[in-house]
Amino acid sequence: MTSLRKENYGKINREKVLGFSWDNKEYFGYEGDSLASALLANDVRIVGRSFKYHRPRGVMSCGVEESGALVTVGSGSRRDPNVRATTQELYSGLNASGQNAFPNVNFDFGGVNNYLSRFFAAGFYYKTFMGLPPFEWGKGTGIWMVFEKIIRKAAGMGKASKEPDPDSYEHANDFCDVLVIGSGPAGIAAAQEIANNKLDVILIEQDSLLGGNSLSQKDFDPYLLNTQLKSSGIRVMPRTTAFGIYDNTVVGALERVTDHLPTPHSSLPRQRFWTIRAKHIIVASGALERHIAFNNNDLPGAMTVNASKHYLNRYGVLTGNNIVISTNNDSVYQTAKELHEAGSKVTILDSRDNVNHDLSKDIDLHLNTLPFSINGRKKIDGIDVCKTTDLSNKNTIICDQVLMSGGWSPIVNLVSHRGIKPTWNQENLCFIPGQIKENISVVGSAKGIWDEKNCIESGFVGANEAMNTFGMHKKEISFPSVGGWSNPIEPLFEVKSNKFPSKSFVDFQHDVTAEDVRLAHREGFISVEHLKRYTTLGMANDQGKMGNIIGLSLMAEQLDKTIPQVGTTVFRPPYTPVPIGALTGRNVGKHFRPLRVTPMHQWNIDHGAKMIEVGLYQRPWYYPKKNETLSDSYIRETTIVRKTVGICDVTSLGKIAIQGPDATELVNRIYTNPFAKLPIGKARYGIMLRDDGIVMDDGTSWRLGENEYFMTTSTAAAAKVMSWLEELLQTRWTDLKVNVTSVSEQWAGAAIAGPKSRDVLNECVFDASEITNDNLPFMGVLQTKLKDGTPCRVVRISFSGELAYEMYIESDYAHGMMDLLWESAQKYDGCLYGLEALGALRVEKGHVTAAELDGRVTIDDAGLGKMASTKKSYIGSAMRKRGVLSADDRDMLVGFFPINEKETFNAGTIVCEKNNIKGQGVGRITSVTHSPELGHWIGIGFVKGGLEKWKDITLIGADPVRNKQMEIKVVSPHMIDPEGKRMYA
Amino acid sequence: MIRIKCPYCGERDHSEFTYGGDASIKYPALDAPASEWTKAIFFRENIRGMQKETWHHTNGCRLWLEVERSTITHEIKSVKACHPQIEKITKNKS
Ligand SMILES: [Zn+2]
Repeated sequence: MTSLRKENYGKINREKVLGFSWDNKEYFGYEGDSLASALLANDVRIVGRSFKYHRPRGVMSCGVEESGALVTVGSGSRRDPNVRATTQELYSGLNASGQNAFPNVNFDFGGVNNYLSRFFAAGFYYKTFMGLPPFEWGKGTGIWMVFEKIIRKAAGMGKASKEPDPDSYEHANDFCDVLVIGSGPAGIAAAQEIANNKLDVILIEQDSLLGGNSLSQKDFDPYLLNTQLKSSGIRVMPRTTAFGIYDNTVVGALERVTDHLPTPHSSLPRQRFWTIRAKHIIVASGALERHIAFNNNDLPGAMTVNASKHYLNRYGVLTGNNIVISTNNDSVYQTAKELHEAGSKVTILDSRDNVNHDLSKDIDLHLNTLPFSINGRKKIDGIDVCKTTDLSNKNTIICDQVLMSGGWSPIVNLVSHRGIKPTWNQENLCFIPGQIKENISVVGSAKGIWDEKNCIESGFVGANEAMNTFGMHKKEISFPSVGGWSNPIEPLFEVKSNKFPSKSFVDFQHDVTAEDVRLAHREGFISVEHLKRYTTLGMANDQGKMGNIIGLSLMAEQLDKTIPQVGTTVFRPPYTPVPIGALTGRNVGKHFRPLRVTPMHQWNIDHGAKMIEVGLYQRPWYYPKKNETLSDSYIRETTIVRKTVGICDVTSLGKIAIQGPDATELVNRIYTNPFAKLPIGKARYGIMLRDDGIVMDDGTSWRLGENEYFMTTSTAAAAKVMSWLEELLQTRWTDLKVNVTSVSEQWAGAAIAGPKSRDVLNECVFDASEITNDNLPFMGVLQTKLKDGTPCRVVRISFSGELAYEMYIESDYAHGMMDLLWESAQKYDGCLYGLEALGALRVEKGHVTAAELDGRVTIDDAGLGKMASTKKSYIGSAMRKRGVLSADDRDMLVGFFPINEKETFNAGTIVCEKNNIKGQGVGRITSVTHSPELGHWIGIGFVKGGLEKWKDITLIGADPVRNKQMEIKVVSPHMIDPEGKRMYA
Repeated sequence: MIRIKCPYCGERDHSEFTYGGDASIKYPALDAPASEWTKAIFFRENIRGMQKETWHHTNGCRLWLEVERSTITHEIKSVKACHPQIEKITKNKS
């Protein structure tokens, strides 16, 4: 079979010749070609190998439903598998290849599977790996692991590139009054009518050209249409697929910006992922022509009828010289006429016994005739046909192409996304959209209207509905009726073959045959959803666009039910595949999530900090001297803090300003410990519980005035605590006169810790006398100013257990504060310390952080029970001792030492009893560090029953992830200076 | 996508908001017995149909809103500020 590029046909630009390669051979096409049309024009017939049986496949359609011409486009990092050649626009230098074949689609070793096909029937995987009877050989997952690799290699689609995607993708947003999806006659009529009424219209079309099925008409001019629409003010978005309709008439759409260009554009994204918020949606998505299941209906050269009309009139390609058309409906007669006029010999097989059509004498029409089996191996040699009344008596017709039309299926997918069940229309043998309660109208053949004039009329009615959404005048018009053929369609889903196994394909992409559907039924899979999963019908990347209805009809026959009784499967977004790159947009690499830096970020880096991510924050991790490792560095920093002084950026702590006459009342209600009598100028450490009595967060609150507090929260819970306070004040305690404001970004903070910290501060503040032990005792708060007059806040507070302070300053002055502090600290041989040292210092003291307060821990578990007031009620007070929360064997906070002081352990280690190392053990280690002061590794964590129960008992720290075990003992979590003498110094 | 008409900011995508929970829960007094709190916290209706629920306009005006939403269709019947005084002000505004 050679196909002809026909003069005077098509909407391609013959002035512009485009070179491209297919399976490493060079070919030529024209501007306006699809890859599929260019391959057909070059007489490339085999373009793919099927999923399971490796059968040769050719181009089977002209659109997104394509199940044969799935190819790989591009190479290297831009290799894109499973591209539908029918929708890929041709460009100069396009490089495409066949897939699922070795060495190539023309000659494929995997083709042997075709002859082993009885082993690959429905449920093959499930059965095979249940064990092979009679010996149940190979039962279990072990053998599956071996075979899976081989099978996956043999059965499959294209291979994705394993390199990072070099292209960029964008997320974009838009709004409009009315969104029209589809630019066929109905969509165009609707869009134009609405635009004429001065509403803002966006028209989305998945194709590069407007027109929908009009593109298959000889005299249709898509370029003129485009100009007309734009001049009526319609915002036209070609190459854009509406892949899903979501709540509130929001549409997700994928725009292919540069997929049709030879080289990636330097300033354009490859694709845009659109979120379009419309007030009304008009779905004019059209209908898809169905094929017919009969033996060998998948040979290259088998195609839907309307596709051949598209190839002729859009691309100027006549797909066959000697064409047999098999049908059960009227839609093929115009195509037959045009194919004949273009020079093909045309034979029509119509399954009906009487049709009324004005047909040229040169077209053979066989009524009451069915396609039985296509002959040929890699190409079509002929077709065996038979009468509807006698399947055993066959005639052979010589031909080089078989076109099929088993009826049309309205594209109800988008409406189905809204949970609207389609209803079966028996007269037209198709599902049409059900009743819609939202502002969505369906028009044209998507509604089951076949006649072009009626499609246009339905567009006006849809426009009318849309305008009614805006309260505009509604005319008294209603939709034309469904259908529109002069001779009624008759059911023709399958022509049963007496061959076994049958090769009557229902779902081409997954090689599901009619026999597979019957097998599934015999084996008890009678629900459509089970059928789908067992046979994988409708689960390939066309998502059943071609095979679903035929599958349903076969199931209905088996169950002796009607199609609507059997049901339909629900369509879910996306309508066509959406690349992960487009979903991700710009949120890749460094931009995967937002980056937060503190006001002294640059200062930290300038002073040698290695940074670490904590949540979204970049925080100093450690400040290595020359050649120091992380471990060297944090041990030195920890040692210096305990010996002299260290300075640490603590800006990432949450900070909340609490102001108003009821500020004290609020603070007192949310913390477990009493705040009602906290004097002005004092701070207090506090614990917050959740309603259910579990610890939410810890932090400090400083009383700055009669009606004003400054609250700090942990870094991790900053946002949560802020929202929580807002929730309480706006929903529960609406009578409290108090306002909360997040000031986390407004204040920069540094901790100054160590025996020399007071000396350092003295040199930095305006009035050194303020910093004395008497004037600023432990937990004292001071609003003062720096030496240079900049206002600042100082609190005497200690996370390290040493004499220590925190100093806060308006963010813009952070560098100045750090310069002052650091200049002074250096005089005392002080250091800058990072998060690692901060962690070491707090673990030595047994202070908890988010690693311990993980949402399972009560205040008693954390050893802070004495902070729970018994004299007042607060959030969580009623629940904190409920049932299990007051059990004796709860996991309690303890410290851990290795028995052998040379051994190290990791956070996550499971604590087990000796000789009973299994499961979750009796506890867990949550934080570890080397303690310079103690000279060995230490940890804190939890153990059932706490210190009292396990004191002097050797336990096992099990680390199954690292395949490690060591002997450990339980100690008090307060491993250094348990009386706290240092911080009161 | 759920779109919520914030009485202060206007109609916005749900991604700007954080879901709170059942807005019809009456939380007991802080000194109420554990049995009452248990009821309020753990014994919740799983409503099929219109539900009053709270949403926080986290990436907006930070108001906590009471939204009447159908858990079946996501249809939103009404939106108002939870705080009665704020509700009065925003109501007059719109
Ligand atoms: Zn708002």
